[in-house]
Amino acid sequence: MGLLLPDFGLFFWMLLSFSILLLILKRFAWGPILKALADRENSIDEALKSAEIAKGEMARLQAGNEKILKEAILEREKIIKEARDLKDSIIRDARHEASLEANKVIENARAAIEHERIAAIGDIKNLITSFSIEIAGKILQEKLSDEDLHKDLIQNYIDQINLN
Amino acid sequence: MARVLKPLFLFLFGLMAFSFTLKASDENAGADTITAKKFNTGDLIFDHIKDSYEWHIAELGHTAISIPLPVILYSQQTGIHVFMSGKLHKGTGMYNGFKIAKEGKYERKIVEVMADGSEVKPWDFSITKNVTSLFISIAIILLIFLTVAKRYKENFARAPKGLQSVIEPIVIFIRDDIARPSLGNENYKKYLPYLLTIFFFIFINNLMGLVPFFPGGANLSGNISVTVVLALFTFIITSLSGSRDYWVHLVNAPGIPWWLKLPFPLMPIVEILGVFTKPFVLTIRLFANITAGHIVALAFYSLIFIFAEKSPVAAYGISVISVAFTVFMSILELLIAFIQAYVFTLLSAIYIGMALENHHVKAETL
Repeated sequence: MGLLLPDFGLFFWMLLSFSILLLILKRFAWGPILKALADRENSIDEALKSAEIAKGEMARLQAGNEKILKEAILEREKIIKEARDLKDSIIRDARHEASLEANKVIENARAAIEHERIAAIGDIKNLITSFSIEIAGKILQEKLSDEDLHKDLIQNYIDQINLN
Repeated sequence: MARVLKPLFLFLFGLMAFSFTLKASDENAGADTITAKKFNTGDLIFDHIKDSYEWHIAELGHTAISIPLPVILYSQQTGIHVFMSGKLHKGTGMYNGFKIAKEGKYERKIVEVMADGSEVKPWDFSITKNVTSLFISIAIILLIFLTVAKRYKENFARAPKGLQSVIEPIVIFIRDDIARPSLGNENYKKYLPYLLTIFFFIFINNLMGLVPFFPGGANLSGNISVTVVLALFTFIITSLSGSRDYWVHLVNAPGIPWWLKLPFPLMPIVEILGVFTKPFVLTIRLFANITAGHIVALAFYSLIFIFAEKSPVAAYGISVISVAFTVFMSILELLIAFIQAYVFTLLSAIYIGMALENHHVKAETL
C-alpha cells in the first residue's frame, strides 16, 4: 500500500529541512531561551534567598529595637525614680534644716527671754531697793516712835509691792 | 496559558466547522446537476491524505482551484527537468514525456513514459504539497521561536508576554517533565534542543493539518516519510549516545538464564530487534494516529455526499450530524495533536535515556 511506503522526494526534503531547522533552532532559539529560563530561575532563586536573609535581618533589627526600647523604658523609670528620690531627699533635708533653724531661733528667743527676765528681775530688785529706801525715808519722816506701827507699816508696803 | 490558547482554539474550531460546512453545502448544490459523476469516498479521502503535485484549494462548479507547485525530476535518460505541475494537468496530461500515473505501481506519482510505452519512475525531488507544507511550517516555527528567543535575549528577567507565555510553559514542561526524568540531571541539557525541536515540529504540524484551508490542511505529520525521518533522528541520536553497557546488554543481557543466550541466541536477537522496533514504532504511531484522525473526520463529512446521491433532503439532514461529528473529531484531534507530539518526544527521551544508562545492578539481578 502506497500510504505505508516512504516517498523518496519528501524523505529527502524532510531530512534536509529538519536538519537545518534543528541546527538553526538549537543555535538561535533554544540556546537563548533555555539560558534565559535558567538565568531567570537562578535570579528568582537568589532573590528569594536574599529576601529570606533580609527577613532574618529585619527580625534581628526588630529584636534589637525592642531591646533598645526596653532599655530606654528601664532607663526612664530609673531616672524618674532617681528624681523622685532626689526630690524626697531634698524635701527631707529642707525640712530638717528648717526644723534646726526653727529650733535655733526658738532657742535664741528663749535665751533672749531668759536674759530679759534676769535683767527685769535685776531691775525689780533695784526698784525694790529704791522703794525700800524711799519707804524707809518716808517712815523716818513720819515718826520714829511707834515701833510696832513701823513694823506694820513696812509689812504693809512690802505687801503692796507687786513683783510683776 | 489557557487564556491565550482559548480564543485561538475557538477560532480554529470556528474556521474548521465553517469551512467544512461551506465545502459540504457547495458540493451538495453541485450534486443535483452532476449526478452522473459518482461520489467516491475513498478517492476523496486519499486525495486529501496522500501527497500531490498541486495544492488543491477549492472546487467552483467543475473548475478546480489549485496552486501549481514546482516539479523537479532527475531522469537517468534525459537529465534534470524543472517545471510547474500545472503543465501536467493540461490536455493529455503529458509534458516532456512525463505524466502522473493514474493507476498501477506508481499511482499518483510522476512517471516517465519510455519509447516502448513502459513507465519508469525518475528521481523525484518535486516540491509537492507536503514539501510546501513542510517549508511553510518550518517558516512558521522559525518565525515563532526566533521572535520569542529575541525577547529572551533582550532581558531574561521580564515576565513572559504574548507568544512567549504560550511557549514558555511548554518548554518548561518538556524540560522538567520529559527531559530531566528520562535523561537524568547531568545529561538532559545536551538532548533538550532536539526534544524541543521534535515536540514543536510535530505539534505545530499536527495543528496545521487540522486547519482545512491553504497554509494548513496537508497531512504532513501523518505522512510516513516525515515520521520516518523523525524516528531516524531519534534512532541515530540513541545509537550515537549509547553507553558501553547499552551495547553489551544487547548481546549479553544480565539477569537472563544462559540457555536463552547460548545454543540459540534468542535474547540477543530480541534485544537487537528491539533497537530497530523502537524507531519503527515511533514512525507508525505518529503516522497512524494523525492519518486516522484525518480519515475519520473526512469520512464523517463524506456521509453528506453519500446521502446526497440518494436525496438532497437526506443530505441536508445528515449534514447537521456530520458537522457535529466533524467538530467533535476536530476537538479530539486537537487533543491528539498534543498527545502524539508529547508521546513521540517522551519516548525519544526515554530511548535516549535507556541508551545513556550505565548499569551497576548486575550483582543484584543475578
